[in-house]
Amino acid sequence: MSHLLHTFPGGLHLPGNKDMSTGTALTEAPIPKRLIIPLQQHIGAPAKPVVEVGDSVLKGQVLAQPEGYVSAPIHASSSGTVIAIEDHPVPHPSGLTAPCIVIETDGEDRWIEHGGNPDYTNLDPSDLRNLIRDAGIVGLGGAGFPAFIKLNPGARTELDTLIINGAECEPYISCDDMLMREHADQVILGARIMRHALHAKQCMIGIEDNKPEAIAAIGEALDNLDEKGIELVVVPTRYPTGGEKQLIKVLTGKEVPAQGLPIDIGIVCHNVATAASVFRAVDQGEPLIQRIVTVTGHGAAHPKNLIVRIGSPIKDVLQAAGGDNGVPYDLIMGGPMMGFTLTGDELPTTKTTNCLLLATQKDAAEKGPVRPCIRCGECAQVCPALLLPQQLYWHARAKDFDKAQDYNLFDCIECGCCAYVCPSNLPLVQYYRFAKTEIWSQEREKKAADKARERHEFRQFRIEREKAEKAARHKSRAKAVKKDSADSDKKAAIQAAMERAKAKREATEVQPKNTENLTEAQKKQIAEAEARRNDPKTQSAGQASEDKE
Amino acid sequence: MLEAILALTALAVAFGLLLGFASVRFKVESDPIVDKVDAILPQTQCGQCGFAGCRPYAEAIASGEADINRCPPGGETVILALSDLLGVDAKPLDDEVGEEKLKEVAIIDEKTCIGCTLCIQACPVDAILGAAKQMHTIIESECTGCELCVEPCPVDCISMHTVKEDLNNWKWPYPEAGEKKA
Amino acid sequence: MSVLRASSPHVHSPAAVNKVMLQVSLALVPALAAYTWLFGWGVIFNVVIAATTALASEAIIVKMRGREVITSLSDGSALLTALLLAIALPPLAPWWLIVVGTGFAIIFAKQLYGGLGYNPFNPAMVGYVVLLISFPLEMTTWLAPSGVRELSLSFSATAAYVFGGHLPAQTAIDSLTMATPLDTVKTRLGLEHTMGEILRSPVFGSIGGHGWEIVNGLVLLGGLWMLFKRIITWHVPVAMLGTLFVVSGLFHLVNPDHYSGPLFHIASGGALLGAFFIATDPVSGATSNRGRIIFGIGAGLITFIIRAWGGYPDGVAFSVLLMNMAAPTIDYYTRPRVFGHKGSH
Repeated sequence: MSHLLHTFPGGLHLPGNKDMSTGTALTEAPIPKRLIIPLQQHIGAPAKPVVEVGDSVLKGQVLAQPEGYVSAPIHASSSGTVIAIEDHPVPHPSGLTAPCIVIETDGEDRWIEHGGNPDYTNLDPSDLRNLIRDAGIVGLGGAGFPAFIKLNPGARTELDTLIINGAECEPYISCDDMLMREHADQVILGARIMRHALHAKQCMIGIEDNKPEAIAAIGEALDNLDEKGIELVVVPTRYPTGGEKQLIKVLTGKEVPAQGLPIDIGIVCHNVATAASVFRAVDQGEPLIQRIVTVTGHGAAHPKNLIVRIGSPIKDVLQAAGGDNGVPYDLIMGGPMMGFTLTGDELPTTKTTNCLLLATQKDAAEKGPVRPCIRCGECAQVCPALLLPQQLYWHARAKDFDKAQDYNLFDCIECGCCAYVCPSNLPLVQYYRFAKTEIWSQEREKKAADKARERHEFRQFRIEREKAEKAARHKSRAKAVKKDSADSDKKAAIQAAMERAKAKREATEVQPKNTENLTEAQKKQIAEAEARRNDPKTQSAGQASEDKE
Repeated sequence: MLEAILALTALAVAFGLLLGFASVRFKVESDPIVDKVDAILPQTQCGQCGFAGCRPYAEAIASGEADINRCPPGGETVILALSDLLGVDAKPLDDEVGEEKLKEVAIIDEKTCIGCTLCIQACPVDAILGAAKQMHTIIESECTGCELCVEPCPVDCISMHTVKEDLNNWKWPYPEAGEKKA
Repeated sequence: MSVLRASSPHVHSPAAVNKVMLQVSLALVPALAAYTWLFGWGVIFNVVIAATTALASEAIIVKMRGREVITSLSDGSALLTALLLAIALPPLAPWWLIVVGTGFAIIFAKQLYGGLGYNPFNPAMVGYVVLLISFPLEMTTWLAPSGVRELSLSFSATAAYVFGGHLPAQTAIDSLTMATPLDTVKTRLGLEHTMGEILRSPVFGSIGGHGWEIVNGLVLLGGLWMLFKRIITWHVPVAMLGTLFVVSGLFHLVNPDHYSGPLFHIASGGALLGAFFIATDPVSGATSNRGRIIFGIGAGLITFIIRAWGGYPDGVAFSVLLMNMAAPTIDYYTRPRVFGHKGSH
């Protein structure tokens, strides 16, 4: 099991605080009274509802279909009645609302009819991808990118390496750890399916060495399943090893090109939980309607991991975990390095909710005074992307976005290492996020402005053209016979209209209209008219029009 | 004395010729400044600057007739970009042209609309759809929020609505700089 | 409650600017103590007057700039500047000299550029150089170290000199002072003496000059402690001292009569103070490790050039300031290759 490991630049050794939540076995959270299921839980376009208010739905039933390629369907995570499709606050750093489907559960948890394909090897990789897409599986590691897209090798006939990411480098979070401890076989079997879909030459599972139980469980599962094609690689614990690009570097020594994707260098990386969901979707036909969520932090009475139905209100999840212990806390979704604070516990859990951190003062640093940058360079020492964070900071702060991009702002993965070590306590990552969203917004505005310019110029051109045409008409009218010119024009117009009408009549069979409730005399009249009309017509024309029908 | 004068004159002539040659030989052909200014303007075509659209304003800026702080939809961003481009000092938005506000779009109350086409004629980007005596509607994605359609409407059925912030166009706020106070 | 920041990360390392400044100041304390022990009470006056001036001028300017005075003073940077200047000044200096130097350092070299983090030059060195150029006499009047000097000044006598310019009766300033080792070398080399002759002068101790070598030894100790605590990185001190050692060693090998030995170069003057405490100043120095090495090499080289051929006996202050000037350029050319990018930048 010796595997040559590489290192990525920068990074931090952080206190893990993972033991807090790994002491208790996984339990299932009860069915909440209400499920609030956002239509966008993934990167890409929001899904489009296919149910209506009042519909009763079964567990696993499709609630919303994907829109476009980069999108994912949404399923009901328990049976019940759709009581609303409306905007509802969703877990997002903005605290904004987004369209959600609200289900009042009936507690029966009745499944929709579903079945799996235990013998997936008979399936074509493309069918397999469709199956995974229909199951609504997205990257469960955090970003929520639709998984089927990352299972498409594209034009490549075969792929070099499939990496299953079990690093879980962010402190406090232990949902992947618990999954590997308790369902290692699902992870392995999921990896097998993914490997089949990708035709990957080799497959590795990377786990940080601070998870000995998970490593043992995966090793055992590999032995039990007699799986020789998947290599278990234990990697040193260092934040952010779990970052896709970082783990790829550690395991293969290859660097994913900037602005590129792992697939560009023949590698695909999926999270362990995604692998397990793929297994359940393929083997049992079970869509992605639940996930493991870590409830932890010094504010939690009983930190632990729970299997949670997607859409469960956070309040219910916390309650299922035993609630808080009375110490005032802030609620963070995700970990302390990359998570974001939540505005309340009425928000739903989503496909990407990996951790609910009840952060007390013991867990989170106090704001403290922000001081000027002293250019100490610590940030550059720890940056895993080898950026110059303090330069990015100067330019983002000055809103000099061109300069910020010159310093490769968009290679920043927002891991937070720089802000963690900054002795001046600067909110560096927020500056980068501000600059990134501002640049995106400016690009949108630029596009809109270009379109508006084009439309405006066309309108001006159109107005000019109309003017010119009018002038030309005036001119020609003046040139024509001066007297009766108007009359002759009119006559010509009428003539033309008559000819057009005739042509039209000839081209299509005229259907009699308003033929109901007619007297016999009227019917006769119509028949006569019809006969007259058809008379001059050649047989062939009539035939042709009949043929058309 | 005479030599000094001659020497200096000769030098002046020589360098003058050199500079003259350089200016002809190394002349940089650049985009006309009007295009560059026009590229920065938001293309709202609202005329709040006092000109008949973004292009005329760009021409006025390029010829030095108009100041760079007369574009309310562009706001601070446009003023900064223009000051950067033209090498002049940035200044706050001119009060008389209006205030910078969030982007808006026009919406027609379709129940009230009488189909008069006046708004269609006013729209600088052809973003209003409709025909005489037919109900009109605004293509939201094309609307620049210039408000030029609001005034002509005889039944006041057009109103401006701020574009709603959603997950896809939300922006991280500028960090509240505790440092500034320090 | 909302103790959290608007954006992640929500955890933070214990590092803080004020802590760093305080630790650097602490690292100077042993050297300052030895300096006082060997050169008399004047050093204490240096420290007190410089610190008072620094904090007062910082407070006034910060107030005038409409910023928070407490936050600014509590970052410890003004105090550190004062300490660095105090240890660089002659041990018996009139009060106004210290006030002018410190005031200039804080007001002109730091606050007028925008305060902490914005100064392109190390403030303490700017203050020092301004004094050296403006008041060469006062700046070269050095007390001889105890042991070489027969007379010693009491606390009150020192106070009388510092604040009033009076020495006790029958004491001539010349009987107290003596040229520094580097000064001696420079002057006597000018008189065509050989190094061998010069080094027999009583001012020279075993390595770097009597007394000075002890102070510098403690500076080195403080520097090593900072390295151990990871307050500074090894790049600047190693590059600067290494360059100074190698270059002076080469010249010493070629012409030992005319060039002092490498150890003497390291152990005398401000070389150690400069390498560990001044050139490592992050604000005015280079940021990347590669840049720091270049910065250190440059500073070491310029120090040697000034010492060997320049008009001043020591060149540390000038060399650091010159390299400060080059720091942005160094930073620009030592940008790391960004992850996933080919080639540089």
